Order: sequence, then structure tokens, then C-alpha cells
Amino acid sequence: MKAQKKPPTWPDEIYDVFKQVNIRQVAYVPDAGHTRLINRCHADKSMKVISLTTEEEGVAMLAGSWLGGDRGALLLQSSGVGNCINLLSIMQECRFPLLMIVTMRGEWGEFNPWQIAMGQGTPPVLQNAGVIVQRADRAEEIAEHVFAAAQLTFNTSRPVALLISQRVIGFKDWSK
Amino acid sequence: MDKKIKATLDRRACINQILAKRGDALIVTGLGSSCYDVGAAGDHPNTFYLWGGMGAAAMMGLGLALAQPKRQVIVITGDGEMLMGLGALATIGTQGPRNLAIVVIDNELYSETGMQPTHTSRGVDLAGMAKAAKFPRTATINTAAQMKSWVPKLYAPAGSAFVAIKVNHTRYPMAIRLRDGAHIKNRFREALLGNAAFD
Repeated sequence: MKAQKKPPTWPDEIYDVFKQVNIRQVAYVPDAGHTRLINRCHADKSMKVISLTTEEEGVAMLAGSWLGGDRGALLLQSSGVGNCINLLSIMQECRFPLLMIVTMRGEWGEFNPWQIAMGQGTPPVLQNAGVIVQRADRAEEIAEHVFAAAQLTFNTSRPVALLISQRVIGFKDWSK
Repeated sequence: MDKKIKATLDRRACINQILAKRGDALIVTGLGSSCYDVGAAGDHPNTFYLWGGMGAAAMMGLGLALAQPKRQVIVITGDGEMLMGLGALATIGTQGPRNLAIVVIDNELYSETGMQPTHTSRGVDLAGMAKAAKFPRTATINTAAQMKSWVPKLYAPAGSAFVAIKVNHTRYPMAIRLRDGAHIKNRFREALLGNAAFD
């Protein structure tokens, strides 16, 4: 990851949107791009923040949270999208809302070839699984994308994935 | 397994015995026979029937239990379904919701797909795994006496519970007709949340 002059503010802005739209349960598999947001959520005692062993657990958990009246969000990296596919069928059949915030790998300046398959596969795979896919390419537009994605998923009961471009998160400089 | 205990308990009798005490508890089923058995015991708007999504039941129970901490949540699923989502035991065990009980109807078979043995038939101990994953209350149930003592405990919000009930190989006809997922979800929320379900 390239050294940043100061920490980015977009994770704090996502946290603020979560509070604004009343996100009560946050499920995640850790990702470097989501570190600050995960820490902010953990520090908020009014949020139930759950570390998962695999991303599909979060899909099932947030179906349960919606059944019980809690809004939730799933934080994951593009490499974890494939783990979700079968359980996304629940969202489609039952018309559950699902807010997925996906930090992307395998695209902008990626150094690790093993990230390409799932990174490049993420948009079509999600679309084929019945998820509405939206994308934020610039840090300053992430918060409004999260807000819009939350409105879309919770008001229309359709799963929505917001992809945060690898360009926003940065990449490891692999040049010698 | 070198010393095999032949299971004598009947799956539907056990499920009926549990659901007879459901009160205002919220029920989530796993797919397959557990879904059909719970439906046959009597439909209820606060039963969520999973007809698919194998491996999802326990985690759905966690999300629901966290959202509704004052209501007891009972997940009723099968051994094959539980084995597909074993990581959930670690996730739930570390969360430790007091109001969640997971009941595995363990016939040691994949009943829907041709009665192939599951790993529980080869000695894998699901209740032991739950205990190792920090569930404070666990048991493997083999007898009617154990059933009688455990049913009230499933409804006590005294810490996450996990029981594997060893049942015989009897299969029953599928009686449940209700299978539209959106309908099952919407009526569950309306029964639980009232008008807030439409917010």
C-alpha cells in the first residue's frame, strides 16, 4: 500500500451514513480497506458487530437480522464474493434487502495475480446471483453511494452491492 | 465409530415435543426434512422455513437472536445442513447470544438425496464441536428422558444452547405446501413487528 499523507476520511463517512440509515448489525470478514470502518463500528456499543469465518455467514445472518427488524451491512473484500453465491439465492427468493460494501482487489494496479479471478469476476458473478451492483471510483463520492445503496436495498427489498474501487484503496508498489 | 448406539428417538415426535412449548419463541428451520417436520407439526407465522440455502440456518438464527434479544430463537435443522456451515459455530459461540438454541435432528444421513451417510455417522460429534466453540450449554440426546429434561432448557435464555438429537431413519411424507420465500418472510415480519414491518 502506498504511504498516505493522512488517513482517508471515507471510512468515517461510511460510518456516519450507517448511523444515519440506522444500521444495527454489521458483519464482516476483515479487509485492509475496511479496517478503519470496522474499528469505528466496534467502538459503537449500539451496533452489533460480528466477525465471520466466511462471508456467506453474513448473508444468512443479515437475513435473520431483517426478519427481526434490524438493518444490517456486510463488509467484505472481492475475494469473498464467491463464498456468498449459494446463500444469495435466499435473498432473491425471499426478497431480502442486503447491503454489501465490497472493497475491490484484482483491478487497479494489482500486484497479486491470484486476486484477478475473483476481482474481475465480482461484478458479473454478483449480477448473475441477482444482486444490484453499484460502484464508487472516487473517495469523495463513497458516502453518497453508500447512502443511495442503503435507500435502494431497504426500500425495495433487493440485495445491493457497492463496489469500492481498488483505485480508492491504493495498491502495493511491486516495482523494483 | 467402534461402538454404535442405535438411535431410537423419532424425529417428528421430538420436533412436536419441542414445538408444543414454543410460546412466543421464533423458529428458523434448515432445509429438507427439518423444514417438512416443523411444517407438519403445525404452521405458525413466526416460523421461518428455509427451503434452500444449505448451511444458512444457524447464522439466520444468530441475526434474528441479536435483533430480538427478548425473544427466544430456536433453530431446528439437520446434521447435513449443520455440517455445511460449521464455521457458524465459532461465530455464534464467540458472540454468545443468551436467547439462541440450535437443535440438530441428527439421523446421520442426507435424507433428501438418497440416504447417504453424513460424517456424524462416522463419529463426528457436533455437540462436542459446539462445546469447543464456546457454547455454554451442549448435549447429545439419545433418550426420551434426556428429551424431557432438555425441552424446557431450550426455551431458557440462559446462554447459547446446542443439542444434537440422535433419531432413527424413519422418513415421513412432505406435508407442508407453503414454500414462497417472500411470503414466508413478509408474514414472519408482520407477525413479529406489526406495522413497523412496512417501514
